[in-house]
Amino acid sequence: MIDGVLARDRAAVARALSAIERDPAGPLAAALHRHGGRAHIVGVTGVPGAGKSTLVAALIGAWRGAGRTVGVLAVDPSSPLSGGAILGDRVRMDAGPPDDGVFIRSMANRGAAGGLALAASGAVRVLDAAGYDVVVVETVGAGQSEVEIADEAHTTVVVVPPGLGDGVQALKAGILEVADVFALNKADLPGADRAAAQIEAMLKLGHTLRDPAWQPPVVRTVATDGDGVGDLVAAIDGHAAHLRSGGGAGWRARERARAYAELRRLVVARFTADVFGEGGARPAAIEALVDALVAREIDVGEAAEGVLKARGKD
Amino acid sequence: MTTDADSPDSTPIRVLVAKPGLDGHDRGAKVVARALRDAGMEVIYTGIRQTAEMIVEAALQEDVDVVGLSSLSGAHMTLFPRVLDGLRARGLGHMIVIAGGIIPAEDAEALRAAGIAAIFGPGTSTETIVAWLRDEVPRRRAER
Ligand SMILES: Nc1nc2c(ncn2[C@@H]2O[C@H](COP(=O)(O)OP(=O)(O)OP(=O)(O)O)[C@@H](O)[C@H]2O)c(=O)[nH]1
Ligand SMILES: [Mg+2]
Repeated sequence: MIDGVLARDRAAVARALSAIERDPAGPLAAALHRHGGRAHIVGVTGVPGAGKSTLVAALIGAWRGAGRTVGVLAVDPSSPLSGGAILGDRVRMDAGPPDDGVFIRSMANRGAAGGLALAASGAVRVLDAAGYDVVVVETVGAGQSEVEIADEAHTTVVVVPPGLGDGVQALKAGILEVADVFALNKADLPGADRAAAQIEAMLKLGHTLRDPAWQPPVVRTVATDGDGVGDLVAAIDGHAAHLRSGGGAGWRARERARAYAELRRLVVARFTADVFGEGGARPAAIEALVDALVAREIDVGEAAEGVLKARGKD
Repeated sequence: MTTDADSPDSTPIRVLVAKPGLDGHDRGAKVVARALRDAGMEVIYTGIRQTAEMIVEAALQEDVDVVGLSSLSGAHMTLFPRVLDGLRARGLGHMIVIAGGIIPAEDAEALRAAGIAAIFGPGTSTETIVAWLRDEVPRRRAER
């Protein structure tokens, strides 16, 4: 399977994606990790219905036209934890006849906290090792997910539709900090000018940007007919060039941020499983501390310390 | 990471729901897609106007257990076998292909002979489809 992935055999890539989703930090991840590091990883996020998938489809067309191969991971973080999911991003992306240089995969939330982000990191690792020049991760901006996707990407594109009104203000909390490029999509609809002006005004107010040396451009796009998509490609490339300029310190910083975020998530997940047990069987020591907490014999801080002390002794 | 997650059997059933042909109505397929989701399955929806070649490619990329084909336009006799052939040609003969929509009895027989594992007519309850998949998919996975 590893050789198949490296040769970009599509069936092997598909099976590797399934395997790494089940075990994002296993032997497959280890083997593929050594072969990665070439792809430009581009996150695409924004409110539901902003036009992310349509825009990704248009980007795929532009990148393919320039001879670049593209892997896409379409993540749906909104599915309930135990339940299933309807993954519909392909509807917008699967336009023409199959193309060897494009691979699209849909991924749902399968459970454990942080699990989706770990699975997404694993999937990116597969697509990177398979040699796709650009790896896109689409996810809807819901809660923390836009922050998590920013950890995943070298370049994060935030897609904003017009007509959010004061919603643009609401965006700023989570999204402004992570945006490297704004795509003001649906620029054919009324309100586009106002939305663009609002974003630019917020940027001028000098919010804490992730990278003080980079002013995120605001690019107007009409994903449905391709208007502005060339400019968006140029803005995304411009950000990559910025990261690689001056000896590539910016690129290395992003790589370190990605690595750190993944490592931290994995340790938190393993630590949590280790302390609280897996599959719901909680260690007796924890149950006793919970009883003491309920009986008001100890407070929650003491209980937490007790849990950490009891770790591994069960 | 859990031992459970290491076995393919515990992973959710993945189903590609496709609507081949030029038929613009996909309400039935959407109802089924929602029922499968509610039963804990991951449904990859590809929408309408898909060619057999596109459906095969999507099934491959998404590594699904099941391909559900739905058609009301009467094109099933040409399109469904083309999907089956395409899957086999790509080494995906293990995928379960099921069909829904209006399919006359004599066509149904021919489609079953061609390799469609089950045909669910317009009156079929979604519970029936869910139960059938919950029974069949683990068996197929075990055979692989
Ligand atoms: N007028 C107009 N409509 C657009 C544009 N881009 C996308 N749309 C439409 O907006 C709707 C949503 O598009 P999607 O691409 O599915 O949006 P999305 O952000 O991926 O949606 P989710 O993944 O569900 O969050 C579709 O009906 C598109 O045709 C645009 O530039 N102009
Ligand atoms: Mg989408």
